Amino acid sequence: MSKPVIATASLAGCFGCHMSFLDIDERILDLIDLVEFNKSPIDDIKTFTKPVDVGIIEGGCCNSENVEVLREFRKHCKVLISLGECAIMGGLPAMRNGIPVRECLEEAYFHSPTIDPADPRLMPGDEDLPIILDKVYPLHEIVKIDAYLPGCPPSADLIWKALTSLLEGKPLEIPYSLLKFD
Amino acid sequence: MPKTKPVLTFTIDGKKCRTSPGQTILEAAKANGIYIPSLCYWEGMKPAGACRICTVRVGGRYMAACTQPAAEGMAVENDVPDIQDMRKAIVEMLFVEGNHMCPTCEKSGNCELQALAYRFQMLVPRFPFQFPVREVEPAGTKILLEHNRCVKCLRCVRGVRTRDNKTVFGALKRSKDKKIAVDQALASALPEKQARQAMDRCPVGSILRKEVGFAVPIGKRKYDKKPIGSEIEKAEG
Ligand code: SF4
Ligand code: SF4
Ligand code: FES
Repeated sequence: MSKPVIATASLAGCFGCHMSFLDIDERILDLIDLVEFNKSPIDDIKTFTKPVDVGIIEGGCCNSENVEVLREFRKHCKVLISLGECAIMGGLPAMRNGIPVRECLEEAYFHSPTIDPADPRLMPGDEDLPIILDKVYPLHEIVKIDAYLPGCPPSADLIWKALTSLLEGKPLEIPYSLLKFD
Repeated sequence: MPKTKPVLTFTIDGKKCRTSPGQTILEAAKANGIYIPSLCYWEGMKPAGACRICTVRVGGRYMAACTQPAAEGMAVENDVPDIQDMRKAIVEMLFVEGNHMCPTCEKSGNCELQALAYRFQMLVPRFPFQFPVREVEPAGTKILLEHNRCVKCLRCVRGVRTRDNKTVFGALKRSKDKKIAVDQALASALPEKQARQAMDRCPVGSILRKEVGFAVPIGKRKYDKKPIGSEIEKAEG
């Protein structure tokens, strides 16, 4: 029997959730026995090459590319997991949600203290760049999500527990000590 | 309980409870080792009935356990799935109607709203996030008012007073526009102990004593290991 396939992505996140994933330490050796990775920054596979059993996404959606990747994951993955504060609630990137996009960009490219006044003021607007969304969206407000693992980042133990429960076909029960929002 | 005090008996989820007349359902439950989740309630302070997390059912009617006195023969429903889910929904509503970014919050680990979310196993709110525009108010020299996290429990309005009994906090407007206001001069003049008390009284990270955040390490905070309410449940074993 072929191994279950996992894919992961970081959208508007900081890669902290992925780092926490790697914090399963030597259990990663068990994991590579148990599963096969497809599209993921962990193995650097850039495009889906087969159907995936479990997709894991960190970070919310802040631009059009995030939305595209998320929809692609939804299409290819049987189970889609929203991993961490930013994926579930928007997190730190969502702190801009009360500020109009133009104001954010002007602050970053025109008014920030590191702008050289001698330089012409340019705001990136190339058509190849993803478009910034009006606000940062949690994943479940864009596609259907099957499971949520909160935390900033979720602990390695929680990620491990969720994965092993899923692979064994058991319902995920999160003990009190592993349910944290920080 | 002294013998002279009259006693009344009632039940919570079928469990016999004894209390004295005048006690609210919430206080009576606590005295009998039963936890009824609450948020705006503060022991010893006049209840406000503001959050409705303590909602129980008696004879098919819903009531706030923190304001309703227990009565002889009452059969209170507390720990039943539909009521627990309704309480969880209120917690979720509070999360989406403010801006609660726990990883950056000074109160995280000691926050009663977060602790309720943990207790109810809230993984994601069922309601869409509102991301309201609210401000951080530097309320004088000692206190910071973080409106993004305020749950309008009115504990500060009811409970924080100066030595000459002036209120320091007040509530402006009503319903979803309700906002806490603070008298900056009075707040700055609060002695250190009272300023800390104001912070402790706030269930969330809305009232902060400046310059003292993140003092307790992760793992040692109030709700890191034990769920909110477990101290009450433990009392009775
Ligand atoms: S007040 Fe409580 S729920 Fe809100 S951000 Fe702070 S810790 Fe989280
Ligand atoms: S500032 Fe704190 S104590 Fe006052 S109403 Fe808001 S949440 Fe309650
Ligand atoms: S605790 Fe009773 S209404 Fe808030």
